[in-house]
Amino acid sequence: MGSTVSTEIATTTEDLARAGVATKVPLLEVRDLKVRFTQNGRTVRAVDGVNYSLQSGKTLAIIGESGSGKTVSSRAIMGLLPGTARISGSAKFEGVELLGMSDKELRTRRGPDFAMVFQDPARSLNPTMRIGIQITEAIRSHFDVSKAEAKKQAINLLQMVRLPSAETRFSEYPHQLSGGMRQRVMIAIALSCHPKLLIADEATTALDVTTQAQIMELLEDLQAELNMALILISHDMGLAASFTDEVVVMYAGRVVEQAPTRTLFSNVRMPYTKVLLDAIPRLENKSHTLLPVVQGRPPDLTALPPGCSFSPRCPYVQEDCRETEPPLVEHEPDHIWACFHPVNEGSPVTEGSLAK
Amino acid sequence: MTLTSEPSTSEPSTLSMQTGTPLLEARHLVQEFVVRDRGGVKGGVVHAVSDVSFEVRAGETLGVVGETGSGKSTVARSVLAAPKPKSGEVLFKGTDLVKLKRRDLLELRREMQMVYQDPYGSLDPKWQVADIIEEPLVAYKRGNSTERKRRVGEVMDLVGLDPSVFSSRKPRQLSGGQCQRVAIARALTLSPELIVCDEAVSSLDVLIQAQVLNLFEHLRQELQLSYLFIAHDLALVKQVSDRVAVMYLGQFAEVGPSEKIYLQPFHPYTAALLGSIPSPDPNAAKVSTRGTISGEPPSPINPPSGCRFRTRCPRAQDRCATEAPVLRELEPDHAVACHFPLAGESTPVTITTNGAPSA
Repeated sequence: MGSTVSTEIATTTEDLARAGVATKVPLLEVRDLKVRFTQNGRTVRAVDGVNYSLQSGKTLAIIGESGSGKTVSSRAIMGLLPGTARISGSAKFEGVELLGMSDKELRTRRGPDFAMVFQDPARSLNPTMRIGIQITEAIRSHFDVSKAEAKKQAINLLQMVRLPSAETRFSEYPHQLSGGMRQRVMIAIALSCHPKLLIADEATTALDVTTQAQIMELLEDLQAELNMALILISHDMGLAASFTDEVVVMYAGRVVEQAPTRTLFSNVRMPYTKVLLDAIPRLENKSHTLLPVVQGRPPDLTALPPGCSFSPRCPYVQEDCRETEPPLVEHEPDHIWACFHPVNEGSPVTEGSLAK
Repeated sequence: MTLTSEPSTSEPSTLSMQTGTPLLEARHLVQEFVVRDRGGVKGGVVHAVSDVSFEVRAGETLGVVGETGSGKSTVARSVLAAPKPKSGEVLFKGTDLVKLKRRDLLELRREMQMVYQDPYGSLDPKWQVADIIEEPLVAYKRGNSTERKRRVGEVMDLVGLDPSVFSSRKPRQLSGGQCQRVAIARALTLSPELIVCDEAVSSLDVLIQAQVLNLFEHLRQELQLSYLFIAHDLALVKQVSDRVAVMYLGQFAEVGPSEKIYLQPFHPYTAALLGSIPSPDPNAAKVSTRGTISGEPPSPINPPSGCRFRTRCPRAQDRCATEAPVLRELEPDHAVACHFPLAGESTPVTITTNGAPSA
């Protein structure tokens, strides 16, 4: 396997083997994933080389601002992008290539293999259908069960996602439910075919913080129970730090830093990740604290600057950053970043410091 | 200060002992909306804000934090009498807005401006930035054209928008952060003393959000502004505010200095909020709602009897269902509406393991 892997990528199967994790075929292995769109004759580099592998039962966070490519990369894997998208690279689910798979085949895999929960539960549910029908429909399209059996399963699911008074709610419409309840219903639908992988795309962003915490705890429990893998797409660093095993940080379509969650948050190296972390209002901050900020905006994906895409905004920028694009290299064990002048230089692990 | 005090309400004056007349004072604010069922039949009353009293002192930022449906946005609008509250008083520098005639109300509103959540939605898409910012001056007939143009240039500089670049742009040519700067500039043109921010940074990406938060901070210092800062994010609210009020289902659960709210929350709901915020610090305590909050928020159409948080509260007892707790000061400037507050308990509390008591 791994025939499409280009040589400059750090996390090849060999690297993983050295780390002792490749003895098991990963549930999902994404290699050099690229997505291009054409907009007014110009090429949009929406996703530019994403790599990760995910084992069953584990959680991966993909972190980034709007337009960083975190959603597009996940939709590409699930085959949910419009036909105009040009996708290259490889995404193997249990060793089977997903990219280029026919719509028909993908449809049979969405549900039992992988499912997705989106940000806006109000817009993802059909407002004219009772929620019960929307769940049983999902069940009956994948399993050959009677209506009564599907209803039984649906109510079980609603109970599993801890929807209060599930049996009554079964025959209610989406507008009769609160935002948190609707998101629970979405999760119930996503779980109806017992997916091996759940992709949660900003699934808790629109929810209140106590509800978010409840939903995340629920997902954790379900994950342990079903040995499900989870990809958490979010802009929330706190959420990533609290609920995941590995973090991928994206900026302007590229991965800029990637590491196991604890490693990353205790030893941030890429300046962008640091800037992002510093900009979060913290409970520990005193009143009227000024946040360290960077000016500017993410670059136009049709006209990326030469060199590092973050260089126009980077507080640590040097001359070489503007000329050459820093490669994404595994500088420390399991810790990958794309930067010539990483921060936290005095940190305990100093092997492989500056360029290369 | 004498108040028309009812037995079940607190004396807002007890929270204002150390300063003179506050810039803004809300007393016993009540706002309710009638929901209609099919055919216009009255379907129920949303108790959006139920007897809320607070004050914003000159130069102070009061944060109001609450979740969806807590009534925090209704508080913001009631304060500007847009629409007027159902009952209660809103005193701006001692003048009651609720009793004012329309003309006087408009004049007074000049001194209190609002910045909304949706930066695109609050700007007219067909107008140029300079015209949007000038509009309040035109509406209030301030200065001649030259003076107005100069003022527009001044406020654009204040919010960090280069007038030579942005004056002739339209909202769709701006990013979310730039739109929000335009909205802030427009709010500043009439030199208000109070700015009401309703989720003013919530829809922005974190780096842009930090820029706008810092802008609010700079403006506060430069122009001696006071803010009523309303948002759902407690960490954010705490950082910008001198004092924080925690709202739950139309009422204030707790009000106190932001540092104290964080270090020593009295209300179980505040504690639940604090425990739900995930921290990016790898050594921070893990998010947990177990034992702090359960279930879903009740409907404001039919709020629970007694304490409105009791149906989700792990500390709820029989008394909570029958007697609504009054907002009372446990420590100077730090008040809570709870029969069994978390810290500084004067009476020993037995915690019921089984959540909701009978109503």
